[in-house]
Amino acid sequence: MTESRYERAPGDRPSREMHASAPSEFLVYTIGLVVAVLLTATSFWTANTTLLWPGGVFLGLAVLAIAQMGIHLVFFLHISSGPESTNNVLALAFGVLIVFVVIAGTMWIVADMNTNMMMPSVAPMSTRMQH
Amino acid sequence: MNIAVAIDQIPQDALPSASEAGPAPKRVVVTYGFWIFLLSDIVMFAALFASYAVLVHSTAGGPTGAQLFNQSTVAIETVCLLLSSYTCGLMSLAINSRRYFRTYVGALITLALGAIFLSLEIREFLSMIAIGAAPQRSAFLSAFFTLVGCHGLHVALGLIWLIVMMVQVAVFGLSARVQRRLLCFSLFWHALDIVWVGVLTVVYLMGVSS
Repeated sequence: MTESRYERAPGDRPSREMHASAPSEFLVYTIGLVVAVLLTATSFWTANTTLLWPGGVFLGLAVLAIAQMGIHLVFFLHISSGPESTNNVLALAFGVLIVFVVIAGTMWIVADMNTNMMMPSVAPMSTRMQH
Repeated sequence: MNIAVAIDQIPQDALPSASEAGPAPKRVVVTYGFWIFLLSDIVMFAALFASYAVLVHSTAGGPTGAQLFNQSTVAIETVCLLLSSYTCGLMSLAINSRRYFRTYVGALITLALGAIFLSLEIREFLSMIAIGAAPQRSAFLSAFFTLVGCHGLHVALGLIWLIVMMVQVAVFGLSARVQRRLLCFSLFWHALDIVWVGVLTVVYLMGVSS
């Protein structure tokens, strides 16, 4: 009972009762591995198939990658929504925010500058820069 | 009413909070600090991903990703890293139940899979440089070698760290200090696998499908 009052270390399992919970922890890792393999295989299929509309492939790959990152966080790093891992989740949420700002902000700003740098007189050059 | 029964009926929420219970155990403090470091490392990778995404089409007339990348090599690399993440998790189970033999076996398999990943990646880099697709060829290749090479460097450092940790297990046994360091290592290794998911998707799969 005293344990549950503390924050949990990131990567630690919820239970410290080794003998009772050993098989289920093994099961958690195995489920994580199976789901991650399925998602990776789907990603490879999505990248190579001709069944899908090409414009949707990027979106599908992004969704599959984000899903797999979530699987890794939950099943391998044992991030949970429990009250004892609030600090870990808050730190993670801040990290995700910074990652989003850095990636989306960079792409937005550079794409905007690329558009504004285009001059009408050098149209062939500017189209080459865009592609 | 019996006071013992009354105490039993107090809900879990009524217990003193973490701040009232005194400082957290060292295992929690150390791994939380390492968690913050890992997140900052991932922010650095985000900057590399952003520069790659900006420069991916700036091939300067040189080879593009679709011409360079070999999907079967990348698939083997992915499987190696994913399985090594799994065996690293099994190793941390063995550490928690203080089984030395299983710990060594888990570490050995993790080490072998990580080494296979790294050798495949180095071979891929060397074959690209051999056909003239070196980092100085174009902005796209500079960004590619920086991003993927930075991940490979992390894997190499992780392998050295794992060897050092096994020496520490052999010398000091599974003491609380060694267990804390091993927990930090497993966090590092799982985080590297998460970064690889991003590399696989953004660099290789989006590269060959465009």
